Amino acid sequence: MSKQFQFKLVLLGESAVGKSSLVLRFVKDQFDDYRESTIGAAFLTQTVTLEDQTTVKFEIWDTAGQERYKSLAPMYYRNANCAVVVYDITQSTSLDKAKTWIRELQRQADPNIVIALCGNKTDLAARRQVSQEEAQKYAEEEGLMWGETSAKTGEGVSEIFTAIAKKLPLTAPAPKTTARGAPGSSGRGVDLNKQPTAGQNDACNC
Amino acid sequence: MDEEYDVVVLGTGLTECILSGLLSVEGKKVLHMDRNDYYGGESASLNLTQLYRKFRPDQTPPTELGRDRDYAIDLVPKFIIASGELTKILVHTEVTRYLEFKQIAGSFVYRDGKISKVPSNEMEAVKSPLMGLFEKRRAKKFFEFLQGWKDEDPATHQGINLDRDTMKTVYEKFGLEQGTQDFIGHAMALYLDDDYINKPARPTYERIVLYTSSMARYGKSPYIYPLYGLGELPQAFARLSAIYGGTYMLDKPIDEIVTDANGKFVGVRSGNETVKAKQVVGDPSYFGAGKTDSGKVRVVEEGKVIRAICLLKHPIPGTDDSDSCQIIIPQNQVGRKNDIYIAMVSSTHNVCAKDVYVAIVSTIVETSVPEKEILPALQLLGPIHDKFVSVSNLYTPTADGKSDNIFITKSYDATSHFETVVEDVQDVWKRMVGSDLVLKKREIEGVQE
Repeated sequence: MSKQFQFKLVLLGESAVGKSSLVLRFVKDQFDDYRESTIGAAFLTQTVTLEDQTTVKFEIWDTAGQERYKSLAPMYYRNANCAVVVYDITQSTSLDKAKTWIRELQRQADPNIVIALCGNKTDLAARRQVSQEEAQKYAEEEGLMWGETSAKTGEGVSEIFTAIAKKLPLTAPAPKTTARGAPGSSGRGVDLNKQPTAGQNDACNC
Repeated sequence: MDEEYDVVVLGTGLTECILSGLLSVEGKKVLHMDRNDYYGGESASLNLTQLYRKFRPDQTPPTELGRDRDYAIDLVPKFIIASGELTKILVHTEVTRYLEFKQIAGSFVYRDGKISKVPSNEMEAVKSPLMGLFEKRRAKKFFEFLQGWKDEDPATHQGINLDRDTMKTVYEKFGLEQGTQDFIGHAMALYLDDDYINKPARPTYERIVLYTSSMARYGKSPYIYPLYGLGELPQAFARLSAIYGGTYMLDKPIDEIVTDANGKFVGVRSGNETVKAKQVVGDPSYFGAGKTDSGKVRVVEEGKVIRAICLLKHPIPGTDDSDSCQIIIPQNQVGRKNDIYIAMVSSTHNVCAKDVYVAIVSTIVETSVPEKEILPALQLLGPIHDKFVSVSNLYTPTADGKSDNIFITKSYDATSHFETVVEDVQDVWKRMVGSDLVLKKREIEGVQE
C-alpha cells in the first residue's frame, strides 16, 4: 500500500499577484470535471503523487481577501505545514510585500514550516521588474524554496507544488483526517458533524 | 472605503462574526471593521503579550510562564453545550472545518462545602454523593418523569402541566430537598438565580433535557471547547464571511456613527474617511458604551460581571485531576442571589503552556466589593499563581434599530455557555433582515475531493 500524507498549505502575497489563479490552475489540472469559482470555497485540496508512489494531499487555504487590509487571522497560519508566498514578477513592490509576509510567517507560523517563494506571471516576462537573480538570492539567504510560474499558461505550477511535496517531512505516519491535528496533544477530538445515535455514546476515552 | 456596502459590522466578537458570516452567505455586501489589531473583541482569546497589554500595560510577561504563542486566554469564560444552538450553527455553516473540538472533562457542583460531579441521569443520580438514600429515590423518580415525558401522551404527565404548573410545583410533587433543587436548577438547567422556580416548568424541563442530551453525546460533560481557545470561533466565522466576499479591516479606529437629520444611519467615519452602508451592526462599545461624552444614548447598563482569570500550576483540587472542568457554586450555597462559576481549561486545549491551568471565576456583581464576592470560588482553586481581575458592564441596546438602521448586539453575559449569544444573533438577524434566521444548506460545496 502506498503512503498518503496530508498537509495544510497557505497562500500569501499581495492582492492581485495571482494567488487564487495559481491554485485554481494547480487544482483544476488534476480534475477532469471543471468546477466554477472560488467563492464559498473554504479550502481546495489537490494530491501530488511522487515517484515512489507516495501521495501528498494539500489542503490549500486561500486568504479570501483577508490579507488586503492586513487582517489575516492567526487561525490562518495555525498548523500550516507549508506556505507559498507569491509575488508578481512585473511589480517590484510585490516582492517587498512578499518579504513582509515571509517575516510574518517566521514570526507566527510553526518554525518547521516549508516556505516557497513564487514569482508569478512569467507570461508577462516582457514587463519583468524582478530579476530571477534578485529573487533567488533572497530566497537562498532566507533558506526558502524558489520558483517562477505562470498561472495563465500553467508553466512551473505543478513543479513548484511537487517540489514542496518532496521537501515536506514524509517520515511521520500519515496524519489524521485534518491537517489541524496538533502534534503532542493528548486525547482525541470530538466530531461535531457526527450525529448522535441512540443508545450509543460516542465516548472519548481520553 | 469609497464603495457602498449593505452592512457595516463593527467589532469582531463572536456575535458580530456569526452575523457577518451569515449575512455574507445571504449575499449581502459586508464591511467588517474592528478597532483592535486582533480578532474577537470582548470574546477574544489573548496571548500573554496581549493579556499584559490589556491588564498590566506597564509590565512584560514573566518568562517562566513559557512561550507567548502557546497562550490563548479567553476573556469571557464560556463552553459550548454539545447539543445546543451554537453547535447547530457551527455544523450548518461548516465552519467546523476550521476548528477542532475537545470535551470539557467534568462538570461539578458545590454543595455543603465540597464539590461533586453533577449527575446527568437517574443512573448517576442514584450513585451521587450529593443526596441521601431516600432523596436518591425521589430524584430517580423525578428524572424518570422528565425522561419519560411525551407531550402527546397524557399518561406520562403524572398530572403535571409543564406550561401552567411552576417548577416549584414539580419539585414539590417529587418532594425534592432544597439542595437537590439547587443542583438541578443551577448545575443542570444552568439558571443563574432562583427566578425560574415560580415560573412555568417547561423552559426548565427543556434546559434539563438539553443538559442530559448534551451529556449523552460525548460522555464526560455536556460541554465541548475549541482547541486554541474560544477566540477561534469568531475567526472561523470571519473566514466564512470573507470567503463569501466580506471585507475585513482590523486596527481601524471608528470615530463616528454618521446619521442624517432624522437620526437614520448613513455611514461610519474613520479619520477623514466615511464609508456608507444601508445598515450598521456592532457591539455596544462602538455605540457609546462606557463613554459619557458621546451624544446619543444607544445602550444602557444592565448590570456588571466580575471575571477573574487565575493561572494555576495544578488541576483544581477535588476534580479527579481533570484537565478541564466547570464548577458551579449555586447562589443558595454561599448566601448569594447569583451563582458563581469556575471554568477551567489547560494545555490539553492548546491554550497555555504545559502544567499551567487557566481557571476563570465569574459571577454577576451584587455588592460594591466584587472581588470579595468571588472568594468562595477562589478558595476552591488552591494556590493561585497569578490573577487578572476585570469588572465589565453588561450593555443592552435601547432601541431595536428598525427606525434608524443601527443594530446593536448585547454584551457577553455571565452564563456558562453560548445559548444566549445565539439568541442575540437570531434576534438581531430578525430585526435586520425582517425574517427569522433559517439555516440553509450552503449552495456551493467548499471542499473539492
